[in-house]
Amino acid sequence: MRAVDGIDLHLELGEIAALLGPNGAGKTTTIDMILGLGRPDRGTVSVLGMAPSEAVSRGLVSAVMQTGGLLKDLTVRETVRLTASLYADPRPIDEVLDRAGIPHLANRLVGKCSGGEQQRLRFALALLPDPALMALDEPTAGMDVEGRRDFWSAIRRDAERGRTVLFATHYLEEADAYADRIILLRQGRIVADGTAAEVRNLSSGRSVRASLAEADRATLASLPGVRSVEIRGDRVLIQTMDSDAVAHYLFTSTAARDVEIVAHNLEDAFLALTSDEPSSDPLIRATEGSAA
Amino acid sequence: MSAKLPAAPPLERQAPPLGGFNLTFLSIEIRRLLRNRRTVMVTLVVPVVLFLLFKANRRAGALEGVGFTAAATMIGIAVYGAMLAATSGGAMVSIERAQGWSRQLRLTPLRPAAYIAIKILVAMLLGLTSVTVVYLFGAIDGVQMAASTWVLTGLLAWAASLVFASFGLFMGYLLPSENVMQIISPVLGVFSLLGGLFIPIVLLPSVMQDIAPFVPTYGVASIARYPLVGGAFDPTWLLSVVVWTAAFAAAAMILFRRDTRRT
Repeated sequence: MRAVDGIDLHLELGEIAALLGPNGAGKTTTIDMILGLGRPDRGTVSVLGMAPSEAVSRGLVSAVMQTGGLLKDLTVRETVRLTASLYADPRPIDEVLDRAGIPHLANRLVGKCSGGEQQRLRFALALLPDPALMALDEPTAGMDVEGRRDFWSAIRRDAERGRTVLFATHYLEEADAYADRIILLRQGRIVADGTAAEVRNLSSGRSVRASLAEADRATLASLPGVRSVEIRGDRVLIQTMDSDAVAHYLFTSTAARDVEIVAHNLEDAFLALTSDEPSSDPLIRATEGSAA
Repeated sequence: MSAKLPAAPPLERQAPPLGGFNLTFLSIEIRRLLRNRRTVMVTLVVPVVLFLLFKANRRAGALEGVGFTAAATMIGIAVYGAMLAATSGGAMVSIERAQGWSRQLRLTPLRPAAYIAIKILVAMLLGLTSVTVVYLFGAIDGVQMAASTWVLTGLLAWAASLVFASFGLFMGYLLPSENVMQIISPVLGVFSLLGGLFIPIVLLPSVMQDIAPFVPTYGVASIARYPLVGGAFDPTWLLSVVVWTAAFAAAAMILFRRDTRRT
């Protein structure tokens, strides 16, 4: 099976980038290749101009993985000390515990830590080599809301010092809130790549809804910028690139009430771009289908 | 963006020396081993219990007749202790695999060879402890040997732990279980019996006597007792040790590679 296909990814230094996509889109496979855990069948992966395994062994790249396990019979500090001993020039143990927000857990056995605490320990381990690039694979999966917030504030504080961070997630809010750049994956291909605002604009335009009896579909559809018109009883739903023109028409030429204009959010873009429909514009296609 | 323009990445950084092998790692591994009370109890207490058991047996006079002295029994039990300890030490990798720690380590500069070296060292240290405890009990119990024979047989019994550290690693990679030792214990029992650790091989049924030279304990036990027993040195003993160590180590390496390759 081909999990990823022709992904060409260039990260800028100091950037926080999100690999966003539904399960099975190829996020983990991509991160594995960056870390040298997997090899591409064809093509090459180069990280900071060297082979991934070389970058890992020099401590230039580190990672917080979904599955990487910890030894339950070591304390938090012992785990950090052991991992630190594997690097040529690690950061001080107390410093990384501090930056991961777990200095109070130092003497606790790893087996007695919660999932979120263990995740912050993995983050502390990833900080040890002071890497130029840190990869995080679904770092907050299984955390509660508070744990997630604490985790991201620790990452955020750290990234302000200029580290490049690449994280995989299927949480839209996470990508939107924490990434400078969003790389949207679908079936192993990059389908969008840009800032959150740019990706949002890819499913461009706005929705206009209104209550309107006996709407004139043909006229609505002929307004400038309109991409689709859906009529359900007294409700009309119009997808348009020019919401002003539609609103103007509704207010001046019809008896429309309750007019709502809604900008597309990242979720719309996400659904539109990652749906398995082969159509180039699944949003519109779905709308036409339900109108028929 | 200018606020967070980073410095150029420190590309001049180097990988650690010795593939990540270091004494901090070794000492934490030893501490972990000691924390596992079950392993410690089994590897230190079981040989002592066996020692006392066979002492009672000897008093009944069954073994002295075939030249199986108290010292020969003690050496056999020391080999057993070293085997048990080293196998448990090696088999700890199965727990690490089950908990996903091996995968976590792959995100560090640690080289597989350094990891295996640490595992074998820790297993052999546990083996050395086991041999020492058995010999201590032997001395208290009044076993008589020349001083040089004590040292030589002890070191040779300990060398047995190298064969079984490899065996433990092999089993640890073969069996995806947290209770790997429960599966291995019966195998070790068979090795002990056929290798003549507790009962002289000449007292075994003839079929078992024919199989005996081919079990991994046979060469090890024969070499360990050689300084005591004397006589002709059979080179096949050495062959047995070398072949079994190489076979287990090779099997462990193959499984390790399979393990770290992800699909």
